[in-house]
Amino acid sequence: MKWRAAFGAAALVLLPEAAQAHLVITGMGPVYDGMLHFGLSPEDYLPIVVLAFFSGLRGSSAARMALGGLVVGWLAGGLVAMYVTSVSPELTSVATAMLFLVLGGLLASNFAVSARAVGVAGALLGLVRGLADLAGTAFSVPHTLTLIGMTASGFVVFSLAASLTLPLKRAWLIVAARVSGSWLAALGLLLLGWIVRYGPIVG
Amino acid sequence: MRARQFLFLMIAASALIPETAAAHIVKGEAIGFLSGVEHPISGLDHVIAMVAVGMWGAQLGRPAIWLLPVTFPLVMAFGGFLGLIGVPLPGSEIAIALSGVCLGAVVLLESQPPLWVAAALVGVFGLFHGYAHGAELPPGQNALLYSAGFVLATGLLHATGIAIGVVHRWPWGRVALRGAGAAVLCGGAFFLWSAFA
Repeated sequence: MKWRAAFGAAALVLLPEAAQAHLVITGMGPVYDGMLHFGLSPEDYLPIVVLAFFSGLRGSSAARMALGGLVVGWLAGGLVAMYVTSVSPELTSVATAMLFLVLGGLLASNFAVSARAVGVAGALLGLVRGLADLAGTAFSVPHTLTLIGMTASGFVVFSLAASLTLPLKRAWLIVAARVSGSWLAALGLLLLGWIVRYGPIVG
Repeated sequence: MRARQFLFLMIAASALIPETAAAHIVKGEAIGFLSGVEHPISGLDHVIAMVAVGMWGAQLGRPAIWLLPVTFPLVMAFGGFLGLIGVPLPGSEIAIALSGVCLGAVVLLESQPPLWVAAALVGVFGLFHGYAHGAELPPGQNALLYSAGFVLATGLLHATGIAIGVVHRWPWGRVALRGAGAAVLCGGAFFLWSAFA
């Protein structure tokens, strides 16, 4: 049953969907806008899933550090984007592609790093995506609620994905998780190529 | 919940997901996930080589069967990166055709070289395959989804080869696998001949 649910959820995630670069309007309020924006942004949820897989393989302490770092980083990035400055799309595009490459590479190699380092990786990911997602928005209560909706979605997705790899013992299941890391790293490399050739592509 | 009920529920849920109408997708445009999936499987020369890598990995057994699916997408994406940024890599079509010949031959002969030799061989060919894909990638509306589809399709082709290679555990399967290697070799030879023609 667990596998069926996971398969069904994966099938839904893989359905093609039009990109929405800016905040979407659900009609249900800014928190849900943030959640929907997260759900429609693979550049947000793909690295979170891979970071969660990686930190899950490194143990519960690393997963907790990464989750904390991710949430704090995302909120900080969003607030900086709203309050202080907007980072250029070129910079966030390159940073996102580099994060894909590094996080995917870490998972693919199942690299042994400390729990604190995993936490820093989570914070960096959150910071970059928070900066990117709230770029160009001025501070307001609705935008802050949208940021909270996004961060809450990241929290939930991370927790679910990490819980899949935390108990893994069988070698082939661990390899399957590592393959997903190599796919994300490959995606990062291709995105870097796209950016060099065509300019910024992920906000 | 029974399997049939679950399947029905998933189909109903999929049908209810709102989707933007895209009535006029330009052929070859990087418009989204499915066009990315289509790209690697649209060329038979790529398909036979990638499936052969999986079959060879299954013949080699552990750790190659695990190592290859982790490393191959990375090497291929690096080739794609080189192609995208415009680094010249002459002779890529010949190298791709040659990959079918070589990989078909090693499956046919059940070759068992040291792991680093196998990884290097697959890596070099993966670089050329990735390069050809990268050089051909068109501009489009959603590079991220397109690239995700591209990487996923590549990985699944590889997984298909590994799944076929599972028959290697049975005596008849070993013969069948070598036969499949011969078919890949013939396909590669045809593409090599076409590349020179």
